[in-house]
Amino acid sequence: MSFPAVREIVSEHGRLSVDVTTLSDDDSLYEAGMTSHASVNVMLALEDAYDVEFPDEMLKRSVFESVGSISSALSQLDVQVA
Amino acid sequence: MTVAADRDAAFLAGIDQLADAIAAVHADDVDRGARFPTETIDALREQRALSALVPAEYGGDGISFEAVAQACFVLGRRCGASAMVFAMHQIQVATIVRHLDGSPWFEDYLRELVADQRLIASVTSEVGTGGDMSRSVAALTPIDGDPARATFEKQAPTVSYGAYADDLLVTLRASPDAGPGDQVAVLARQSDTTLEPTGTWDPLGMRGTCSPGYVVRAEVPVAQVMGAPFPSISTESMVPISHLLWSHIWLGIATDAFDRARAFVRAAARRAPGEPVPAAMKLSHVMTQLSLLRAEVHSAMQDWTEAEADRERLSTMAFALRFNNLKLAASEQAPRVCQQAMGVCGIVGFKNDTPFSIGRHLRDSMSASLMVANERIHQTNAGLLLIAKEV
Repeated sequence: MSFPAVREIVSEHGRLSVDVTTLSDDDSLYEAGMTSHASVNVMLALEDAYDVEFPDEMLKRSVFESVGSISSALSQLDVQVA
Repeated sequence: MTVAADRDAAFLAGIDQLADAIAAVHADDVDRGARFPTETIDALREQRALSALVPAEYGGDGISFEAVAQACFVLGRRCGASAMVFAMHQIQVATIVRHLDGSPWFEDYLRELVADQRLIASVTSEVGTGGDMSRSVAALTPIDGDPARATFEKQAPTVSYGAYADDLLVTLRASPDAGPGDQVAVLARQSDTTLEPTGTWDPLGMRGTCSPGYVVRAEVPVAQVMGAPFPSISTESMVPISHLLWSHIWLGIATDAFDRARAFVRAAARRAPGEPVPAAMKLSHVMTQLSLLRAEVHSAMQDWTEAEADRERLSTMAFALRFNNLKLAASEQAPRVCQQAMGVCGIVGFKNDTPFSIGRHLRDSMSASLMVANERIHQTNAGLLLIAKEV
């Protein structure tokens, strides 16, 4: 399973209706039940965990669509995503 | 002037004329009777205004969005309900045009809309979602044995001018297994739809929009499902466009309330030349409030014009906040202006049958904070503000 640390945050804050470990990197978190409100909490938790700030241009639905898209956004902010 | 500017100017000249000669004339009767503004909508059809936003390649007039917003303002000054029907229709047209994605069915539909001047209503709100348009209960359900068709049944608490529309744009869950946020938008023709009324229509304001609740049932070809997921349609188009066009109407209503208050003050000044007119001071206060409203509406339009082609930018939280704030600010400010204008006119503003009557304006403008409840938008913004950086 890839990006376990990101998955843990998504699992804790995303209020998914399914187990995050059953999702592929590209599966939609929104389709898995994450609301816009929950996605804000995921973002806050990621900023806190990695000590980064997502710039406004990254704060959009597509960036937080999947575990893969979140991980690639973090890489763009020079975070080493395991 | 460029060809496009000429087209816009001709369109707006037609709207100006129609607003004064037709919308204004019937506004009080529409309001009193809570009846559909048939005369105004017919006149808009005659001027091909219902297809104003359809690009020329599909036979439309390719009028700019700014001109259509200006038309909402102009109509709003004369009849809030007519303006709201016009605006809500244009929101659906603009949304379809912006999310065609090469769909042959929707391209043909636009040609038909131009030829027949079809009126589109929207069915986005739903019983059981607490007013949250980003969730649906009703689902698009495939028909056994006919993969090309699907059905739905949706409990809608309000469908503005539902009984008068030719077609309905309906939000639904994408399938019976889809989550509440996994939505699509479906165009259902009135001829394929049954509307079972669930209530009556006798509201405080915007009475001519004729927006009772219905159970909406339809069977539609799946080609009539818009290709893009509704969450992107909503963020990139429907929400900001709704807030822009609505706020132009509210500015129009508030501007006419101000104009009536000014006419009252001028009449008072003429009756007693040289005497101080106490109401004139109050009018100056109203102007301050009106100018704040106007500034917010116009600056939002400028922000939209700069970003409208940049879908990525429109989908950021910063933009969601921008256009949510337009809705909140304008919907709270417009009734404030109307109420102050009534304070200027006093009893003749309170009475319904004087040239200075402001009751309709005040009542119409009070619908603004309910069209997508402001508290819900504040709740959304409160969440977005936790994470957005520059607002």
